[in-house]
Amino acid sequence: MIIRDLLTCKELVLVQKDFDDAVISGGYTSDLLSDVMAHAAADNVLITIQAHINTVAVAKLVGIRVLLIANDREILEDMVQAAQKEKIAIFRSKLNQFDLSVLVGRLLAEG
Amino acid sequence: MIIDKNIPIKMEESTSLILDLIYRLKIKDVMSRNLVVALPEDPLDHIKALMKQRNVTGIPIVKKDRLLGILSIDDIFKALDNGYIQELAEKHMSKKLVMLEEDMPLAFAISYFDKFKYGRFPVVDKNNLLVGMITSRDINVGLLMAINKEVARMEELLAQNTPVDAQNIRKTFRIRKYDFEHAGNASNRIKKLLVDRKLDPRDIRRVAVAMYEMEINIAVHSEGGSLTVAIDNDQAEIIAKDAAPGIEHPELALQEGYSTANEWIKSLGFGAGMGLANIRRVSDEFEFQSALGKGTVVRSVVRFKRKKENEDDH
Repeated sequence: MIIRDLLTCKELVLVQKDFDDAVISGGYTSDLLSDVMAHAAADNVLITIQAHINTVAVAKLVGIRVLLIANDREILEDMVQAAQKEKIAIFRSKLNQFDLSVLVGRLLAEG
Repeated sequence: MIIDKNIPIKMEESTSLILDLIYRLKIKDVMSRNLVVALPEDPLDHIKALMKQRNVTGIPIVKKDRLLGILSIDDIFKALDNGYIQELAEKHMSKKLVMLEEDMPLAFAISYFDKFKYGRFPVVDKNNLLVGMITSRDINVGLLMAINKEVARMEELLAQNTPVDAQNIRKTFRIRKYDFEHAGNASNRIKKLLVDRKLDPRDIRRVAVAMYEMEINIAVHSEGGSLTVAIDNDQAEIIAKDAAPGIEHPELALQEGYSTANEWIKSLGFGAGMGLANIRRVSDEFEFQSALGKGTVVRSVVRFKRKKENEDDH
C-alpha cells in the first residue's frame, strides 16, 4: 500500500497535504518517542497521540513518511510546518489508537 | 543637561559587519514611532505630568505634525526651581532643533549622538513633518536585533560550509534546558552528513538515535549542556556533557523504565526511562558517569561497518 491509499478512508482527515508518497508495509503504534526511535521502521505508519513537533523530529530520524494522530488530538501549527518541510504526511482521526491500528492493518492486508 | 549618550562605535575601528549594518539600517528602522507630543499652548506642569506618565525625558512640541521645539526634563527642573511651572511650553521650549531625517543611515544618528550630546533627536520625513524620535537605546536595540539576525545567518552559512567529505569532523552543539523545539537539530545535522558519506543506513540510525536521546536527556534533566561529535572514517564518538544537577542513583538510571521526569514531560512522550538504555543498545562502546551536584557525562561510540567495495576506501 502507499500513503495515497489512506486518502480513501473516511475516518482519516489529511492535515499536512504536502507530502512525498511512499510505500507503506507496516505500522507502529506508540506514544513513547524513545520507543518509536528504538523499534519503528522507515516504511511504517506511525500511530500516536503525540501531536507536536518532536514527533516529526523522531519520524525524520527514523525515516517515517506518514503520521496518524489518534483521538482527534489538536495538531499545532509548528508541527504541521515541520512536517511540511520534511514532506511527511499527517492525518488526524477520531478513532483511538487501537481502532486506527486495526484500520491500517486491514488496509495492509488488502495490499 | 549634558548626558553622555555617546555610542562608542568608532568608524575606523569597526568590523565590516557593523559598518555594513549602520549604513544599511535607516533611522526609520530603529526609531520609535510611538510619539508622546505636546502643544505649544500646553502649560509646563501638564508636560511634567506627561513625562512622568509616559516615562520619557523629552517631549517634542508640535503643531499639525510640524515640530516647533523640544522640552526636556532639564527644562522642567529649571521651571520648578524658578517657579514658572504654570507657564506655557512655547515660552521655554528649546527651539534650536537638531533633527534627523528618517531615510538617513543609522551611522548619521550615531555620529549625532557623538557630536551634539543630546539624549534624543526628533526624526522628520521629507516634508519636514515629525514621524519619530530616536534615543541611544533605540539604536542599541535596533543594532542588537540586526546583529542577532546576521550572526544567525553566519552560523547557518558556517554549518553549510563544513566540508562533508572532510575525513574528520568535530562539532559541538549546545543544548538548552526544556528547549524541545530544537531537540533533534544536532542529531539531524549529523545524520545528513553521514547520509552524504553514504554510510550504512543502520549505522546512521544508531548515531542519530544516540544523539537524539542525548539531546532529549540534556533538555529534560539538566540545566543545559553540550554534545560533541567526532567522526572519522571508522566511527562516530558522541560525548554528552552537562554541568548539573547530576543523577542521584546512576545505577538505576540505566534500567529501562526508570525515570525521574515529571508529568508534563511524560505527556510529551519523553521521560519513559528508555533514553540511556537506548543509547547503550545502539553503541559499540558506552560509558556513563554521573554524580549529584556534579553533572552527567555520557559517551557513545558507534563503529561503522566497512563501506561497500565500490566506495572510495583507502
